[in-house]
Amino acid sequence: MWSFSNIANNLHKWLSETFNPTMTLIIEMVLAGVAVIGLFAALGLVLVIMERKVSAWMQIRLGPNRVGPKGMLQSLADTLKLLVKEGLTPNGADKLLFNLAPFVAMIVAMLLMAPIAFAKDFQLWDLNIGVLYVSAISSIMVISILMAGWASNNKYSLMGAMRSGAQIVSYELSAGLSILAVVVMTGSLQVSDIIHSQADGWWIFKGHIPMVVAFITFIIAVTAETNRAPFDLAEAESELTAGFHTEYSGMKFALFFLAEYVNVFIVCAIGATLFLGGWMPFHIGNWTQFNHVMDYIPSSIWFFGKTFFLIFVIMWFRWTFPRLRIDQLLNLEWKYLLPISMINLLIVTAMAILKWHF
Amino acid sequence: MFEEVGTTTEGDIIINVGPQHPATHGVLHLVITLNGETIKKVEPHLGYIHRSIEKMCESLSYRQFIYVTSRMDYLSSHINNHACALCVEKGLQVEVPPRAQVIRVLMDELTRIASHELWWGAMAMDLGAFTPFFHAFRERESINDIMEETCGARLTMNYMVPGGVMQDLHPNFQKKVKEFMQLYKRKIHEYDELVTGNIIFQNRMKNVGYLSAEDAVSYGCSGPAARGSGVSCDIRKIYPYEIYDKLEFDEVLETGGDSFARYMVRIREMQQSIRIIEQLIDNIPEGDFQAKTKAVLKLPKGEFYTRVETARGELGVYIVSEGGTTPYRIKFRSPGFSNLSVLDHIARGSKLGDLVAMMGTLDLVIPDIDR
Amino acid sequence: MSNEELKVKITELLPAATFEEGGEWLTINIDPKDWLPLAQQFRNDDSLYFDYLFCLTCIDWKTHLTMVYHLSSVKHRHNIVIKSKLDRSNPEIETVSHIWKTAEFHEREVYEMFGVNFLNHPDLRLLILPDGWEGRNPLRKDFEDTINMIKL
Repeated sequence: MWSFSNIANNLHKWLSETFNPTMTLIIEMVLAGVAVIGLFAALGLVLVIMERKVSAWMQIRLGPNRVGPKGMLQSLADTLKLLVKEGLTPNGADKLLFNLAPFVAMIVAMLLMAPIAFAKDFQLWDLNIGVLYVSAISSIMVISILMAGWASNNKYSLMGAMRSGAQIVSYELSAGLSILAVVVMTGSLQVSDIIHSQADGWWIFKGHIPMVVAFITFIIAVTAETNRAPFDLAEAESELTAGFHTEYSGMKFALFFLAEYVNVFIVCAIGATLFLGGWMPFHIGNWTQFNHVMDYIPSSIWFFGKTFFLIFVIMWFRWTFPRLRIDQLLNLEWKYLLPISMINLLIVTAMAILKWHF
Repeated sequence: MFEEVGTTTEGDIIINVGPQHPATHGVLHLVITLNGETIKKVEPHLGYIHRSIEKMCESLSYRQFIYVTSRMDYLSSHINNHACALCVEKGLQVEVPPRAQVIRVLMDELTRIASHELWWGAMAMDLGAFTPFFHAFRERESINDIMEETCGARLTMNYMVPGGVMQDLHPNFQKKVKEFMQLYKRKIHEYDELVTGNIIFQNRMKNVGYLSAEDAVSYGCSGPAARGSGVSCDIRKIYPYEIYDKLEFDEVLETGGDSFARYMVRIREMQQSIRIIEQLIDNIPEGDFQAKTKAVLKLPKGEFYTRVETARGELGVYIVSEGGTTPYRIKFRSPGFSNLSVLDHIARGSKLGDLVAMMGTLDLVIPDIDR
Repeated sequence: MSNEELKVKITELLPAATFEEGGEWLTINIDPKDWLPLAQQFRNDDSLYFDYLFCLTCIDWKTHLTMVYHLSSVKHRHNIVIKSKLDRSNPEIETVSHIWKTAEFHEREVYEMFGVNFLNHPDLRLLILPDGWEGRNPLRKDFEDTINMIKL
């Protein structure tokens, strides 16, 4: 089958035969970089149009349907528009930080692409502390938001950035603890180990109730981390008119916008990897025929299917719930989610030691 | 009770909300003094949409000035026109025929439902939930279609004249209104499930913006803003006009005083309006739709005051006439003007996010305030 | 209380008040100097208890100005209209914004539109007119603005 891992292996063999090892390495790094940027662009386009169509479906209307068949080329038109817009820098803004902030956001998003396994044996970098790496790098996102808010020289932006900073830093704790639940069950921080341990069933099924609790806290925490509704105070349109990215226009705004959507993709990918089995197909116990059919579906389809299902759920939240106020949001984290995740972690540890899982 | 905040203390920032802002419905400019996220003082700056309606009406005839008032509180335009027509009829001492009275009340109640729908959708959108806005506008579209058939317009429906209504109802009116009622009674349960019962909404509105009953009366609040604090002030019940004294409906009172109580008052008022429409829609009497009046109206010398209950509160029309064909002085006592003055009092000490909930439940429409 | 009972009660509070005939509500004319004590009695007296000021405006009769106050009682459900003649060249009257807090905004509006000076008002400045508007009061009958006003 023409699976991703086959293509990658064949390419590597051909390159190492044609060039010397250093050259091969450089060419592969360049190719990987180009592929990641290409994936970014593609993801950005797809997620923007998906968001608009999903929101339209939930609001009983059609959504974009003029540009291209059923409006599928709408994001292309949007990108073109953002590219030709004038990029203003407000008068008292700190020039270095103002220009640097969107790029930091993009760099964080790109770095996080490395440990994700898109298909069987197809990972950019399978390091032995993959999960820790993801958790650590995603914390850097808050720096770019604070830079953007401060450098804009605008009270609204500053308020949005402060709120966002408090929110992201708090919710990382719960996200980290829910990730730890899976790590405890697997016994390893390496992403490929976690996926292989789910070969006989996804963790969300094998770990029954405590794992479902961990999954729910994970979803809530990552919605808050990526500044999506109902936790989108940082960009609350009706209160602060776009919050920390009020003063950005043109390409820089496009980078923030893209970074937000790619972040959503990445956290859903992590959730799918840890809880829903990554590229592992859906097997049910002893139903060998069923399992055999499931195996025919390529692993990349499984991975992207699960990720996009989680993205759909996060989009669903945005169009259903109103926004929480900042003190209610922090209350939710410190008084409810954090104790629940900690107790859950204890239970999961007990479960792992006493082998009470399937 | 007017403590001087005086010069700002260390750490205060002053921000401008508006005049162009997604949450202020219309052009309202608020200058807010904040300490962190806590509000210390709210000062409204008005006048961005002041069109000097009162001065304009001094040179318009008694038939003409009614239609300028549609633009005052454009969401309850029928009710504004109704108030002016009632005032002129009081001066002329003209009897309105029963058919016209029933048509006027029906139009008023439909307008009230449409206005509360838009309030509900816009309020949910301000709090962050974008979907109820579309649901609300779906209902409003049905009402606007009904209005368009009879009155010819969808927003500023110039339909009332001194003496009755401008022309008779469209033949489809009864059928369409009955269909709308059937649909609407099912939908109003959806709203309760989607928004009212949602715990996030309740947390954003409960204990936010407490207004006591004495303060509500002292600040001159009327309508749902005062009824949410337990003040009984529904003009349709206390000083009934047209045929309201013959109809069966309840005055909705809540004693909470916070934003959630004001919210519930409006939701229940929508249900009471449905009750009124149901009582009337099958019993529209036959007869004239307009009393005979002269072409050029002249009110006798004197002063006339009428009050009606709009969707926002008590609208008062005060005409001072010197016997000519144009009024000598007209004063419109708009409900929004007094409701806005209470915003500073209830917003002190709350957070910026609460201000949006408070402005939403006070239901401010700025053209009403600026006139 | 009906109009007759109100008449009796008010005459005993302020003998100098005169009454106007006609109209559905009792209308009294008072001197501007007597307004503040009468207002306080209106608010505090139990049988009157006028706690709801629902309209505050001014009328420009070309020789003088008249302040008009419409009061109502939520408890007793009676209404009353109070008028007070002011001198056109120097219109002044005491504020009632500490008794009925709605008067604060209404008096600011009358101040900018008619030029009436409210004594002891906490914050008397322009409300609806733009900042920097000076002098002429728009709702007076002798207001001229050749650029913006069109006479029909």
